[in-house]
Amino acid sequence: MRRPGTRVPAPLAIPAALAVAFLVLPLAGLLVRAPWSSVVEQLTAPGVGQALRLSLLSATAATAVSLLLGVPLAWVLARSRIRGRSVLRALVTVPLVLPPVVGGVALFLVLGRQGIVGSWLDATFGITIPFTTAAVVIAQTFVAMPFLVVSVEGALRAADARFEDVAATLGADRWTTFRRVTLPMVAPGVAAGAVLCWARALGEFGATITFAGNFPGTTQTMPTAVYLALQSEPEAAVVLSLVLLAVSLGTLLLLRDRWLGRVVP
Amino acid sequence: MSLVAQVVAQRGSLALDVDVEVADGEVLAVLGPNGAGKSTLLRVLAGLLPPDAGRVVVDGEVWDGEGTYLLPHRRRLGVVFQDALLFPHLSVADNVAFGLRTRGHGRTAARETAADWLTRVGLDGMGGRRPAELSGGQAQRAALARALVGEPALLLLDEPLSALDARTRLTVRAELRRHLAEFGGSTVLVTHDPVDAMALADRVVVVEEGRVVQAGTPAEVGRRPRTDYVARLVGLSLLPGTGAGRTVRLDGGAEVAVAEEVSGPVFAAVRPESVALYLARPRGSPRNVWPLRLAGAVPHGTTVRCELAGAVPLVADVTATAFAELGLAPGTEVWAAVEASEVAVYAR
Repeated sequence: MRRPGTRVPAPLAIPAALAVAFLVLPLAGLLVRAPWSSVVEQLTAPGVGQALRLSLLSATAATAVSLLLGVPLAWVLARSRIRGRSVLRALVTVPLVLPPVVGGVALFLVLGRQGIVGSWLDATFGITIPFTTAAVVIAQTFVAMPFLVVSVEGALRAADARFEDVAATLGADRWTTFRRVTLPMVAPGVAAGAVLCWARALGEFGATITFAGNFPGTTQTMPTAVYLALQSEPEAAVVLSLVLLAVSLGTLLLLRDRWLGRVVP
Repeated sequence: MSLVAQVVAQRGSLALDVDVEVADGEVLAVLGPNGAGKSTLLRVLAGLLPPDAGRVVVDGEVWDGEGTYLLPHRRRLGVVFQDALLFPHLSVADNVAFGLRTRGHGRTAARETAADWLTRVGLDGMGGRRPAELSGGQAQRAALARALVGEPALLLLDEPLSALDARTRLTVRAELRRHLAEFGGSTVLVTHDPVDAMALADRVVVVEEGRVVQAGTPAEVGRRPRTDYVARLVGLSLLPGTGAGRTVRLDGGAEVAVAEEVSGPVFAAVRPESVALYLARPRGSPRNVWPLRLAGAVPHGTTVRCELAGAVPLVADVTATAFAELGLAPGTEVWAAVEASEVAVYAR
């Protein structure tokens, strides 16, 4: 039996339905207009495979770098009592709201040949970063790491800090406590952050194309390949988009328990 | 003395200033209401909270004070917390072995010692389980094993039984008593439950608002409470007054007849079961009869605990039958009678 008062009022129902249509229809359109007969052919075209492989590799590398640097940063933000922690938190989350293309320009100014660090790298080691695969990873890390930091910091704050007190009374210094108690306890949060970070890195476009360019084989990732393909062969762009959509859905599936409203008992 | 501590710490509005000394093998209970500073004291002893002043010395080794602050992981101590707090991601055996591993014991040796301890606390064969698969009592036993396995100089127990249900508490308390008797170091037990303090401790200090208000053996503290808090805990009505012969004149003005000669500032203490209630003024022998008003009543086992207001504030236990027959209800005017020989009296 329906309980009275559970009907959604029209002023809420209609805009809500419009919102759903607005969000879902473009994706449906992508599926409808996909050149299904030539999908396999498109996917096995040399450029596509290259871009897909580079995307997967660079996103994974960016996630690894983010984990290595971002988890300790999240711990510092959540647990340490250093001064200026809130300023630090604001600074490291700037890339979350910064237009990625601005991030690309900024990276270029610092790590480019004329850049502050870049000129030194060039002069001392003969290393140039822009327009290399390393630049792709750096651009993706810059944009995606804050997602991991925010996610892990949240998990650390939610974790019961009393377990860390227990570990201390059992002879564990802070590093041992982090390794043997804190990290295992927030592992689900770290995993979720890593998946989110990876998905963000995989979709990265603005910073990548600004800082690393769009050279097939070295810096062309799936998103930049889609952009280029749309201008010359739209069918290929659709197929590449489908692949990215599939990967995104897979990510959502991985995170469904965490973010799709499953009520924890 | 194995533990000698003077602890001064400010936590919000609480100013803690407490001295404690505990000998080897001795169990000291720190009894007090919530917010009295018991847990702050325990955190300072454990090194989890640096004190503002004072010193903590264990077996002659300075842990706090004299310019020293030893980090918690360098203190030879074991702590059992209220909620057991077993690491949820480790097996029960790995929980118990944790303190051995961090202190450099090899994996195999640590496992063997942990298994021995699990047997000692009655968790034989449960080492492979996850903490979530243990009952509350089992978890608390495992937590005790985890705290004792490193052979600490100081054992701290923070409300170790209060998270357990009544029946489990009884058995775990008895076991805890046995393990504490075998433990060679000093034990500090923090609790707000007088039964824990009476059953487990050799000595009790009562802490209220950050200060020690009474210290002694459990029997002394139970028989002769010095504050309302302790009196209520042990179920006594505490009546401060001034002795004059065989009478105590209460600070409120009423008089209480007692069995012995007293003088000067004294406490008169009355047990709830020695108070009889009547609807009319009783005739006969009792020398202490006061008209009072029933302020509240709470069932307490097979009796009803009645709180009486008036010139002599008392707590009386009457049987449920008597309570019903007298037709008592909050606000009822009653006569309370107490034999003079039933009033304990001691110097303030």
